[in-house]
Amino acid sequence: MMHEALDQWTFVIAAYAIGLGGTAALIAQSWLAMRKAEARRDRARDKGREK
Amino acid sequence: MHGFANPARFLRLAQWLAPLLLTLGLVLASAAMAWGVFVAPADALQGETVRIVYLHVPTAWLGMGGWTAIALASLTELVWRHPLAGIAGRAIAIPGAIFAAICLATGSIWGRPAWGTWWVWDGRLTSMLVLFFLYLAYAALADAARRDGEGSSRIPAIFGIVGAVNIPVIHYSVLWWNSLHQPPSITMGQSAMAAEFLVPLLVSTVGFSCLFGAVVLMRMRAILADQQAEARLRRKAMAA
Repeated sequence: MMHEALDQWTFVIAAYAIGLGGTAALIAQSWLAMRKAEARRDRARDKGREK
Repeated sequence: MHGFANPARFLRLAQWLAPLLLTLGLVLASAAMAWGVFVAPADALQGETVRIVYLHVPTAWLGMGGWTAIALASLTELVWRHPLAGIAGRAIAIPGAIFAAICLATGSIWGRPAWGTWWVWDGRLTSMLVLFFLYLAYAALADAARRDGEGSSRIPAIFGIVGAVNIPVIHYSVLWWNSLHQPPSITMGQSAMAAEFLVPLLVSTVGFSCLFGAVVLMRMRAILADQQAEARLRRKAMAA
């Protein structure tokens, strides 16, 4: 195994920062997109009922 | 299966299943990663970098599992014309691409101290990179098909089935060709890993699978809500 000048923990932290950041962003974007789309659908339904 | 062909019935199921999977996934994945990073021992050869495995392996399996699900949804759409199958395929594409990208990035970060290089063009790494591009191509095709109308949804479905040829290539690449990547440590009913590494890895995999499922359900709900809103606005415009 090659010995890095950098501490091995630096690689572990970098991997988790990318992995957890990507997963959190994916969950947040999916949640917001769902809420936005469902609010738009409900608005369209309410407008239909008003008529 | 056709019991869920009714979007209203599917939405009733997804309304409680998505938050349940999200909560379960967050608890299990966080616990497994905390266990892997702070409690599990370092490996005799890999040292501390073995801790990356609790993130890298679940994302690799889900990257491959995601495309397998796209292929099954595509087949269901083409053969049985299930109305939710195409929506499921579209909902899986972006999470699958992101998990494949995380797998590639974490593998590369692990490879630098372990192999002495960030990247090699060997069978496993290259076929995983191809999977990432397949996801992007599928997402673009599905988006184009949505704009063109329902008739063209056959093209992404055919692409989803043809692209599945890459899944066994990824799996067997480390056995078919010489590779820096190690052969599978876990096979059906057998594991070369000690329990202190294996247990947090399996818990992490279950947790990330729940998160993946929750994200796919949320994206399916978003696509269905968009379709319902557009249909209502179209009806309203025609009535006016």
